[in-house]
Amino acid sequence: MTSSADPILALAGIRKRFGAVVVADGIDLAVRHGEALGILGPNGAGKTTLFGMVTGNVRPDAGTVTFESRDVTALSPARRCRLGMARSFQVPQPFSGLTVFENLVTAAAFGAGEHESATYDRCAEILERCGLLPLANSRAGTLRLLDRKRLELARALATKPRLLLLDEVAGGLTERECETLVTLIRDLRNTGMTVVWIEHVLHALTAVADRVVVLHGGRLIAEGTATEVVRHPAVAEVYMGIPMDA
Amino acid sequence: MTARVTHGSRIGPIIAIAALLALAAAPWWTDRQGLRLLGEIYAYAALASLWNLLAGYAGLVTVGQQAFVGLGAYTLFGLALLAGVNPLWGIPAAGLIAAIAAVPVAALTFRLRGAYFAIGTWVVAEVFRLGAAQFSALGGGSGTSLPASVLAAIGNRAAREQLFYWLALALAAATILAILLLLRSRHGLALAAIRDNETAARANGIEVDRTRLAVFVIAAAGTAMIGALIFLQKLRISPDAAFSVNDWTALVIFIAVIGGIGRVEGPLLGTALFFLLRESLSQLGSLYLLVLGAVAIAVMLLAPRGLWGLLADRLGWQLFPLARRLEPRSSAPPVPAATTPAREASP
Ligand SMILES: Nc1ncnc2c1ncn2[C@@H]1O[C@H](COP(=O)(O)OP(=O)(O)O)[C@@H](O)[C@H]1O
Ligand SMILES: [Mg+2]
Repeated sequence: MTSSADPILALAGIRKRFGAVVVADGIDLAVRHGEALGILGPNGAGKTTLFGMVTGNVRPDAGTVTFESRDVTALSPARRCRLGMARSFQVPQPFSGLTVFENLVTAAAFGAGEHESATYDRCAEILERCGLLPLANSRAGTLRLLDRKRLELARALATKPRLLLLDEVAGGLTERECETLVTLIRDLRNTGMTVVWIEHVLHALTAVADRVVVLHGGRLIAEGTATEVVRHPAVAEVYMGIPMDA
Repeated sequence: MTARVTHGSRIGPIIAIAALLALAAAPWWTDRQGLRLLGEIYAYAALASLWNLLAGYAGLVTVGQQAFVGLGAYTLFGLALLAGVNPLWGIPAAGLIAAIAAVPVAALTFRLRGAYFAIGTWVVAEVFRLGAAQFSALGGGSGTSLPASVLAAIGNRAAREQLFYWLALALAAATILAILLLLRSRHGLALAAIRDNETAARANGIEVDRTRLAVFVIAAAGTAMIGALIFLQKLRISPDAAFSVNDWTALVIFIAVIGGIGRVEGPLLGTALFFLLRESLSQLGSLYLLVLGAVAIAVMLLAPRGLWGLLADRLGWQLFPLARRLEPRSSAPPVPAATTPAREASP
């Protein structure tokens, strides 16, 4: 049985290497129900790959992924999505021949297993919240980059996730757009959604995350609140000379 | 917010029903030769629509559909000649057998990607052809004919020709309707999603491999039923004719390419164009094939989305709109109307 004391997501002994590049060297991480966890780390640290291993796009060399007390390590990405986790892709991956609205309907019909016509209202609401309603009937392939990023978030939400994985959704936003995004993610949290957020835009992360971990060299080298983590000596050393927004 | 979702124009169904009624009355306005030509046109429209479903929607660019044309034809002949089954029952039986055979074929070829998949399907079709040639009960390599006694079960010659004509029309109409319904359902969304981005499709809960397998099985069944009917009309079968890569794949791809892949209307326009070319150029002999090749190359260079793609892009034409248009009825800001896209492959 799942009790709310159990973590919603638990990684144990996750290892992954691409040739000589070790991106995960025995990672253990537990995310609590309703938590907002931030992930920091220099470019190429393996953050996106870590998401891939959580959602099943990338097969770990070793270790287990447990979602809501269930070992999902061997399950397909589609299955894991239907179980209740969703991700946004750092490089947007829209269904470019479908309209923006249809992108969401697809995610809702398959990811959330809803009857198609029963999802229309919810999809329209998500579009409104994500500022995409005016583009609802545009082909996703015609969107500019920022709208594609919005679509990543909106489509992930359409699958009705209990665990939402966001991969650098704030980059390139204006100050105001970033505030809107932060408010949206806070609102989602208030509905009980668990959020794991990879982000270089530190103030956005600070505004939302209860806890931040730093990934470097295949290991989590620091953990704490956003302010604690950036003062951490190991983190300062990693970021010395490495620009945060590169 | 209450969302209202529409599919746009209703002109397509009206045109389709009118055309269907006119064509169903063809025995009263054309002769036997005309009926045969029309029957052939329907068969190609259906074969090309099914190939388009595979290549343009499921991303399965196969050059081996002749395997199922031939399997369907041989199923009908085998049941009629060896088991005494009424040839008309051979048509659904062909669909069933092909659907079953499609599962191991998929298991074998789905491991391959892109060009390797295409070649793999061709190899499988060749194996089918060689297998049929070994089947001595059906004439081995030189094939066999349906004797008059078997045909008598269906009716006299005139009645048969009419029946075959209506069957061809019904089969083609049912095939295209089934494809439309499939594409309009949630499975159509899944297919478009897979075509556009497989990784994202998986990440959003779509079982990509299962969906592809289902389409492959459905297309195999449809293709085999059409193949069975084609050879029932021809009354004669041989491995080379039934498993011909030229007749059942090369021409079908030509039709889909000039009409436009990834759109329901494309293969229909392509079929019309192909038969116009064939009928008007048939006296050219082998030069006709050169013309076909030149047309295919010209279309690929000048209208890479096919001629229907060109029309749809320029004029916004859509006979069978698939896109779901969101039209909020609340105080929400109106959604601009002019941007409805056709459901199409991205460039
Ligand atoms: N499929 C892959 N094949 C080979 N190397 C990869 C692959 N995916 C990622 N990498 C490498 O793994 C490292 C981590 O990549 P990534 O997870 O994208 O890092 P981050 O998201 O932290 O910037 C990089 O060096 C990248 O080049
Ligand atoms: Mg990354």
